[in-house]
Amino acid sequence: MRTVPLRHAVAAGAVAFALFPILFVLSAALNPRGTLSSTELLPTGLSLENFDRLLSETRFASWFANTMLIAGLASAAAVFLGALAAYAFSRMRFRGRRTGLLALLLIQMFPQFLAIVTIFLMFSTVTELWPAVGFNTPWGLVLLYLGGALGVNTWLMKGFLDTLPRELDESATIDGATHAQVFFQIILPLVAPILAVTGLLVFIATVNEFLIANVFLTDTGSKTLSVGMYGLISGERNNNFGVFCAGTLLTAVPTVLVFQFLQRYIVSGLTAGAVKG
Amino acid sequence: MATQLTSAGPGRRAPHGGRHRTEPYIVRDSAPVTLTGLTAKVVLLGLAAGIAVWAAFPLVEARAWAGLAILAGTTAAIFYLYLTRRHVPAKYLVPGTLLLIAFQIFPILYTASTAFTNFGDGHRGNKAEAIVAIQTASVTQVPGSTEYALAVATTGDPATGPLVFLVTDPATRAVYAGNAAGLRALPEGEVTVNSAGKVTAARGYTVLDAGQASARSAEITAFAVPTPGGAIRSSGLSRAYEGKATREYAEACDCVRDTATGRTWTADEGAGAFVAADGERLAQGWKVGVGLANFSRVLTDSTISGPFLRTLLWNVAFAVGSVAATFALGLLCALALHTPRMRGRALYRVLLILPYAMPSFAMLLVWRDLFNTDFGLVNRLFGLDVDWLGGVWSARLAVVLVQMWLGFPYMFLVATGALQAIPRELTEASTVDGAGPWQSFRRVTLPLLMVALTPLLISSFAFNFNNFNAVYLTTEGGPFPADNPTAGATDLLITYTFRLAFGAAGAQYGFAAAISVFIFAIVALLSAVSFRRTRRQEELYA
Repeated sequence: MRTVPLRHAVAAGAVAFALFPILFVLSAALNPRGTLSSTELLPTGLSLENFDRLLSETRFASWFANTMLIAGLASAAAVFLGALAAYAFSRMRFRGRRTGLLALLLIQMFPQFLAIVTIFLMFSTVTELWPAVGFNTPWGLVLLYLGGALGVNTWLMKGFLDTLPRELDESATIDGATHAQVFFQIILPLVAPILAVTGLLVFIATVNEFLIANVFLTDTGSKTLSVGMYGLISGERNNNFGVFCAGTLLTAVPTVLVFQFLQRYIVSGLTAGAVKG
Repeated sequence: MATQLTSAGPGRRAPHGGRHRTEPYIVRDSAPVTLTGLTAKVVLLGLAAGIAVWAAFPLVEARAWAGLAILAGTTAAIFYLYLTRRHVPAKYLVPGTLLLIAFQIFPILYTASTAFTNFGDGHRGNKAEAIVAIQTASVTQVPGSTEYALAVATTGDPATGPLVFLVTDPATRAVYAGNAAGLRALPEGEVTVNSAGKVTAARGYTVLDAGQASARSAEITAFAVPTPGGAIRSSGLSRAYEGKATREYAEACDCVRDTATGRTWTADEGAGAFVAADGERLAQGWKVGVGLANFSRVLTDSTISGPFLRTLLWNVAFAVGSVAATFALGLLCALALHTPRMRGRALYRVLLILPYAMPSFAMLLVWRDLFNTDFGLVNRLFGLDVDWLGGVWSARLAVVLVQMWLGFPYMFLVATGALQAIPRELTEASTVDGAGPWQSFRRVTLPLLMVALTPLLISSFAFNFNNFNAVYLTTEGGPFPADNPTAGATDLLITYTFRLAFGAAGAQYGFAAAISVFIFAIVALLSAVSFRRTRRQEELYA
């Protein structure tokens, strides 16, 4: 194809734009002096001192474990809840369907940080009554995040469900399948790629979430990565910059791995299989 | 809290939902009931009932009958819903909706309702609490005050847990535990007291050692245990005294009187504060409804309404610019990689997604340093000497550029997914019909893409409209004009509100909530307009 060199040029340009700040972070993380002002774009040294300090002087390991638990649970549950709702919105016709869809979009538009005060008051009561899902527990935070499980992700999944021909589930229904069988055995396998994409998006959003987690998790050992790492540079910005960048890189590792793991689902393509025929 | 029921049920199954041939767990309409379906339903409803019972005990103990009624009602509704054959859509919508109501809709409505009150610093509790706070704060040590031996303790973590004063009466050696709610006598068997009369251990409390106590000395100094007619306050870390309140509330005149100076402050129910004849207010007030005062303040106060419009315009430009920039670059990348003939696509994909994998809050802070005038990488790399975040337009450009870097991988991902969903036959057919690549993109691919992606673009617009972090972590709203330090050139309405409401003057949640309602109305209106256009588009192409 004659367009291939052009495609490479576009992709290479975008990659350069995407990578240069990351390269800077890498360079800062490997910089033995560990300060902001002494960091260049390309690594000037190869020292693991910043990583060493990160793991020995902070509770990075437990922040990491907490984040994986919370983000893993929240994204898995959110994808499932979202898929259930998307199935109803895409395949069924009921009163309030259009309103419900619009409401999901509108609710996301309220400035959330102000609701923080309310959420704090609410969970103060929850912590008194049910400490197991109160402040400083991953379970409470996951529940709180799942409040947003229906939202833009439902739209994303509904959009893809709409592109699946209805004949597929209609013929299954004629063959005697129930709506639940249609959902679990026909729809879900077909939309696996979009489930993967949605799961990835929720995972990333949860790892990056700072405002609510900062209010929710105050014990050093229960913090997530974003809360813990913010504490690193809120005081000593210049001196802790190397340690901060080391933490930034390690935080990105699980997300990159999840993406790698899910990529074959994403790439396998929505229309490559059964739908096409 | 009944929402736990559903999330714990179907939610935990989610990791397997997509890949296993999972059995149906919802009642069938017409086909015979399968064993797996029935089993799953019994297990999940049993789990829901179990969680409901677990959640009910603390509610009964706390005598929270309203909460218990909501829990029972929700549980009953769930059982009805999943045992009946009717209401099929609700079976799929209820799990997510319950969580949505509990953790999004309820907090939003509650927040919006505070817009009609003066809720904020100095106006948090009710009038009785304000009176207690005024009396407690006015306590001074007078001759003849009782002196106690003090041990500072907590019911939680020594560094952060709630403080409790364990005080020993010198005359009777009786031990009391005191917090903001008042004093409570501790039974003799539960405490250990040393020879000096100081408590060294008490059941249910952690006594702070000298180091832990001195680390929280500011908190301890401010801490007061209300008693009838005064309060117990600390004097150092091991002594406490019961002082007398110099300011007292008198019910007859509904006023607070200072016994030392004779000055009086009369309660003003409209303002929720005690006000002296000359207009001086006591700092401790209470929460009252103020009607539309917060809303009219936004429109009539010239220091607020003036910059509001200018900020609104930039806010719209920022949101539109961010969405356009991220979508354009993301779509360009997705199109470039959308061909099986290209080598290295997997590698490109991994590299392009990297900005999205990096923690965004951390990268925003890094970007701020990249734009630094003196040692910022952007200037060093291009040999420039631009004060990026100091100039109005360069700062605006920088903010959008950073947002483009953070956001384009998301657009790349969804555009790739949407492109893959478009059957290749369609573009192939248009090629056969003689369309060029541009024509077939413009006439076939793009319209189909837009059907799937427009709701996401609108939602992305709404997200960027309130993108607090993107501005607060990079420019903090600056640069500021010399004559107005409250509204900067890159300020979004939300950062502007944040500074107004939580800034130097202390928290004013009521006022902030009123501005939030305005913001919500603006975003909702803009989105609704674009949404109507989508609907027309959907009808056109779907």
